Amino acid sequence: MNLHEYQARMLLKAAGIPTFDGDVASTPSEVEAIARRIGGKVVIKAQVHAGGRGKAGGVKLADNPAAAADHASQILGMTIKGLMVHKVLVVPAADIATESYVGLIMDRETQRPVFMVSAAGGVDIEEVAATSPEQITRLPVDPVYGLLPHQALTLAFRLYQEFSHVRAAARIMEQLYSVFTANGASLAEINPLVTTPDGRVVALDAKMVIDDNELDRRPDLAICRDETAEEPSEVAARRANLSFIKLDGDVGCVVNGAGLAMATMDLVKYYGGEPANFLDIGGSSSPEKVINALKIITSDPNVKAILFNIFGGITRTDDVANGIVAATSQFKVSVPIVIRLTGTNEAEAIRILEGVGMRALSDMDQAVAQVVQLARGAA
Amino acid sequence: MSIFVDQETRLVVQGITGREGSFHARQMLEYGTALVAGVTPGKGGQQFDGQVPIFNTVADAVARTGANVSVVYVPPAVAAGAVMEAADAGISLIVCITEGVPVLDMARAMPFVRARGSRLIGPNCPGLITPGQSKVGIIPGNICAPGRVGLVSRSGTLTYEVVNHLTRNGIGQSTCVGIGGDPIIGTNFIDCLRAFQDDPGTDAIVMLGEIGGTDEQHAAAYVKEHVSKPVVGFIAGQTAPKGRRMGHAGAIISGSSGTAEEKLAAFAAAGIGVMRRPVDVVASLRSRL
Repeated sequence: MNLHEYQARMLLKAAGIPTFDGDVASTPSEVEAIARRIGGKVVIKAQVHAGGRGKAGGVKLADNPAAAADHASQILGMTIKGLMVHKVLVVPAADIATESYVGLIMDRETQRPVFMVSAAGGVDIEEVAATSPEQITRLPVDPVYGLLPHQALTLAFRLYQEFSHVRAAARIMEQLYSVFTANGASLAEINPLVTTPDGRVVALDAKMVIDDNELDRRPDLAICRDETAEEPSEVAARRANLSFIKLDGDVGCVVNGAGLAMATMDLVKYYGGEPANFLDIGGSSSPEKVINALKIITSDPNVKAILFNIFGGITRTDDVANGIVAATSQFKVSVPIVIRLTGTNEAEAIRILEGVGMRALSDMDQAVAQVVQLARGAA
Repeated sequence: MSIFVDQETRLVVQGITGREGSFHARQMLEYGTALVAGVTPGKGGQQFDGQVPIFNTVADAVARTGANVSVVYVPPAVAAGAVMEAADAGISLIVCITEGVPVLDMARAMPFVRARGSRLIGPNCPGLITPGQSKVGIIPGNICAPGRVGLVSRSGTLTYEVVNHLTRNGIGQSTCVGIGGDPIIGTNFIDCLRAFQDDPGTDAIVMLGEIGGTDEQHAAAYVKEHVSKPVVGFIAGQTAPKGRRMGHAGAIISGSSGTAEEKLAAFAAAGIGVMRRPVDVVASLRSRL
């Protein structure tokens, strides 16, 4: 789960990391009040889960509170990469001497949290990594011992020469590591970490991603989820315990298992179609899950045909068949459905479907080829 | 012959009285796995289905039954703890089926497991099966057949799809291993490739990968250097969008790395037979055997 900048900033601040004064707002008049309280020039920053906010016009400098309100009225409600801006962060326009990068990610290869720091901050770190990787220092942290004092200092010395800056940055590294582990993050990033002309080291922008698997045991973080920033169909799917991602094609897919769901999408493409979604109904699929899945897929007007691809192992294919029958009797599905099922209780599933005049195929390629043809015929 | 599990496997099920644990314990018993013990704290002294003794701790189960492999079905918040308990009790192979284990928990558990010399498979995996000998986990036994092709996969039902094609075409399996779809897993492709290469009962290897991470790329390099047996491979997620988690926590293209094209190119460069569709597994293997 992505946190917004203002949310990540709050977590950093709570851990003692120096940040500039500032606050989040959702109306121009709130922005004006915050700007007045801060005094002087302020920056208004759109809070959306998208990079390149500045380029898109989502970050603006204002000379006074009235100008701040004016900018806010333009930014609030605009869309950046398809995402509507509902909130802005208002911070003072700080004097900046230097900008560097500090990031902490959960690394798959070392199976550890890895620090990445670079004196080249304020820019896209992936770009730095691609063009001049020597500018980035990586340090894996043993999660049993945490970040050791000499490691924090080593990292800080990569960023600064002035020892007062080094000491301040080393402390920020330790605090960032605490924020990361205390909140079950998979990424925590300060970009840029700045020095000010008066010698302070301050986090100017923050980004955090929380491991979705942590949310069950961290209800305090789970409420940070901004459902207005997501596809409504994806929100509905999560509430129904389905793993769903909306795509741009016209072949709706209902599959059990993530790997098979991806392979099904690939096969749709192989046979000349375009998948409308990724959907994994999971291992133990009750008829209710199937009903919810069909509701979500049929709410997409692009969908021209729907494919069920079920390999019954733990999933009972008769449960899925019952779900299909129940769903199609509850509401009208106006696009053709192709059903492929094989495995556990297959004979019973076929009997259930044939009872209402539906047919099931047992071969995945045959089913995919057929559903692609139906979608094409309708297009 | 086989890898990791065989007739010597003496299995303990952690979480045997839970919904998932009890269902799959019955399936494993039915298949003929030597399921010698279950663990549920507080239910020590009871029997599961009147035939499997339940213990309070894994250490008790090991001491009393000589269990050497464990399979974990406990809820995600306590799964890493269960894995470490098994390692502490001297279990040499721990298979964690549980999905949704916090990644930081695994980062802390892995050094503990390694320091005790145990192997972990998973988490978030379907387990493994040596057809006709031992099934540990949730792979349906009826779709597998004994034979000489080793299979290693990051997914569950996609594995079943491919195994089904093999079995129906008379190609049996030495062992099928599901290594799991999480970012941090105990056993990776290379571990399995090494074991299959060393197993005299395996003639060829099927690798089923997916988008996200670099495990398949490293595996491809390993195949080129160290594997003399024929290998064929598939990557799921060729149509997956960037930056989205495709069901499995580990199946995500970050930035421009971990794409299917990158992995397929690594396969091709290493001489691995690239399957474009699951059904191609049969033809791809036959052309190399």
